[in-house]
Amino acid sequence: MRPTTLFFIILALSGAAYQLGQRRAWNVGKSLGGLKNLHSRPAYYGLLAALWCAIPALIVFAAWQAFETRIITGLVVAALPESVQSLPESRLGLVVNDIRNLVAGNIVSGQIDPAMRQAADRYRSLQAASHAALAVIVLCLGCAGAYAVRRNITLTLKARNHVERVITWGLVLCSTLAIFTTIGIVLSVLYESIRFFKAVPATEFLFGLKWSPQMAIRADQVGSSGAFGAVPVFAGTALISTIAMLVAVPIGLMSAIYLSEYAGRRFRAVAKPLIEILAGIPTVVYGYFAALTVAPVIRRTGSLAGLDVSSESALAAGLVMGVMIIPFVSSLSDDVINAVPQALRDGAYGLGATKSETIRQVVIPAALPGIVGGVLLAVSRAIGETMIVVMAAGLAANLTVNPLQAVTTVTVQIVTLLIGDQEFDSPKTLAAFALGLLLFVVTLILNLIALHVVRTYREQYE
Amino acid sequence: MIAIKNINPPPATPHPHSRLGSREDFRTIGEAVVANPKIRCRHVDVFYGPKQAIFDVSLDIGNKEVIAMIGPSGCGKSTFLRCLNRMNDTIEGCRVSGDITLDGQNIYDEKQDVVPLRAQVGIVFQKPNPFPKSIWDNVAYGPKIHGLAETKSELEGIVETSLQKAGLWEEVKDRLHQPGTGLSGGQQQRLCIARTIAVSPEVILMDEPCSALDPIATAKIEDLIDELRTQYSIAIVTHSMQQAARVSQRTAYFHLGYLIEVGQTQQIFTTPRHRLTEDYITGRFG
Ligand SMILES: Nc1ncnc2c1ncn2[C@@H]1O[C@H](COP(=O)(O)OP(=O)(O)O)[C@@H](O)[C@H]1O
Ligand SMILES: [Mg+2]
Repeated sequence: MRPTTLFFIILALSGAAYQLGQRRAWNVGKSLGGLKNLHSRPAYYGLLAALWCAIPALIVFAAWQAFETRIITGLVVAALPESVQSLPESRLGLVVNDIRNLVAGNIVSGQIDPAMRQAADRYRSLQAASHAALAVIVLCLGCAGAYAVRRNITLTLKARNHVERVITWGLVLCSTLAIFTTIGIVLSVLYESIRFFKAVPATEFLFGLKWSPQMAIRADQVGSSGAFGAVPVFAGTALISTIAMLVAVPIGLMSAIYLSEYAGRRFRAVAKPLIEILAGIPTVVYGYFAALTVAPVIRRTGSLAGLDVSSESALAAGLVMGVMIIPFVSSLSDDVINAVPQALRDGAYGLGATKSETIRQVVIPAALPGIVGGVLLAVSRAIGETMIVVMAAGLAANLTVNPLQAVTTVTVQIVTLLIGDQEFDSPKTLAAFALGLLLFVVTLILNLIALHVVRTYREQYE
Repeated sequence: MIAIKNINPPPATPHPHSRLGSREDFRTIGEAVVANPKIRCRHVDVFYGPKQAIFDVSLDIGNKEVIAMIGPSGCGKSTFLRCLNRMNDTIEGCRVSGDITLDGQNIYDEKQDVVPLRAQVGIVFQKPNPFPKSIWDNVAYGPKIHGLAETKSELEGIVETSLQKAGLWEEVKDRLHQPGTGLSGGQQQRLCIARTIAVSPEVILMDEPCSALDPIATAKIEDLIDELRTQYSIAIVTHSMQQAARVSQRTAYFHLGYLIEVGQTQQIFTTPRHRLTEDYITGRFG
């Protein structure tokens, strides 16, 4: 039986167990003086039976799936001729791969080593046996679980409490899953970064002022050593993000204030979705816009003013990125401003405050934690943005604060480092992970600061 | 109450199940007019969009008196109160017609600026609504926006006297820079009163100022109202008849948007003249 088929059979079985449990509870209740004498509603007994049927069976099923391949491979390899078994590990891996391909029927060429064919046959028969065993075990478990519950259905079985407990555990499992995924991601990045820091000292990476990750492919090539100073790259990110925030925060906040406090209901109903569309435009399109429209305008204007503007500039990318994140700021701020209780506004109006005084001195301060949240979301969006920068700000890692020059950002460098024909364990490729790690740390710190700001603010005013 | 539910506008012929029904029954009886009024309202109608909430109310608020407004909920007490300092301007679709004058000056005049009007006619709301700022900032806010203090020490003086008048000074003088929202409900309401007093109003409107408070806090506010009466004209909306009887000199009874009866508080509670007033104060509906 194929594992997928088996899986669906388990589900069907548990459905049947539900019916069985419910019916049984119904009968028990009826025969002993009415359903109201049951501890829980009959559906809970059904659920309990279904859970007892499905959960142990699925756990065994999952564990079996996880270890099956490894065990079968081990058995097959153990049966291979001595000569093959004594091969080095990497070669042995190739042989195993061949056997698996044979089993899957991916090798159609004529001459096949009889030893290999034998191994493949062995593999196949082991797999069939394993599947059969799995099916028997799992189905027995399922039936046993359902039967055990059915037998125990009495007036006093606390089915509702048991089911609630299982649900709680399910919720706990889901939330920890998210946490473990995060930890896993961090660990994998950390692992690769440590390999990078073995090749390039951490101090050079953190404080080096030159970024030019061109490693020689052969040792005798000229310029065989790259420079891995991350400062210019992070400076580029900071520069572009700053420009973007300078655009997005004032415009976004002002439009949020207009929409929530001044605009009529009808204008608001039209304008808010329109602004939100800005967030839905693909960043590649923003990239075109920045590179083909905004950058030339900036260069022309700059040259009129006698400035030297490179054709790819931080300013162009930052401006367009700012436009892109306006809706993050405006939409979230609009929501939090609307959430400020009308009573506070009334209080200010009642003292004779004008509309703008009320907004500036009462509404905005009250909404500040939420606004800070929106701005932070926008900052992390700006830091993570890649496409606009690739297209409009260039790849040159200049260490500059002049927004008219080309700069590059962390995410862009990560992309360019991972594209190409370098070996995966070369410092050039590993540098991408180090950059990623550092970026992660930076955004984490930003978030912590923001959390702190918001919390102290809340403490003060709640 | 059930019998007279759907008489808005009242039918011309009496309803079979109703003792009341003709328009005559909704004409104000009692002394709505006083000599030398602080605020004088004549033929005030208020509409929320197409729906009329106040019907032809004429009422005077005298100098340095406490007038209580009572009536079943939804009868338009808050709506009427909010007309007196044009708080209804902030509600979309709300329209006020008729004459309301403060010291003889029409407050709905084109030339009337709401900023000084609201400084003259302060308002305290049902739910305490201190700003999420420190106690000090809450009280100093009004004087600051109206430019009432030229120096820091003058402002300090205003804050202190306002808090003293509101009977809160002793309780908060050591923590003026802690958030006003951290006070208890009764303290918050007194803070809101202090905040209103700080801009030296002449009239104070109070919309059920004690309905969110416990009996002890309520008693404090009532004492406070008694003291404030010597300096301010006060209009207080309340759903508690005992409170109206305790704090006010005159009482106005509202019903379904009509002003039914006005008179000396004692007279209203001992010998009401209108059937509806009597029903309400004897607790037949409310
Ligand atoms: N903002 C508003 N929009 C529309 N109708 C309102 C509004 N406020 C009050 N009303 C209506 O006006 C009438 C009087 O309300 P209100 O003055 O709050 O009564 P009270 O304060 O006596 O309980 C009620 O019927 C109420 O539904
Ligand atoms: Mg009210």
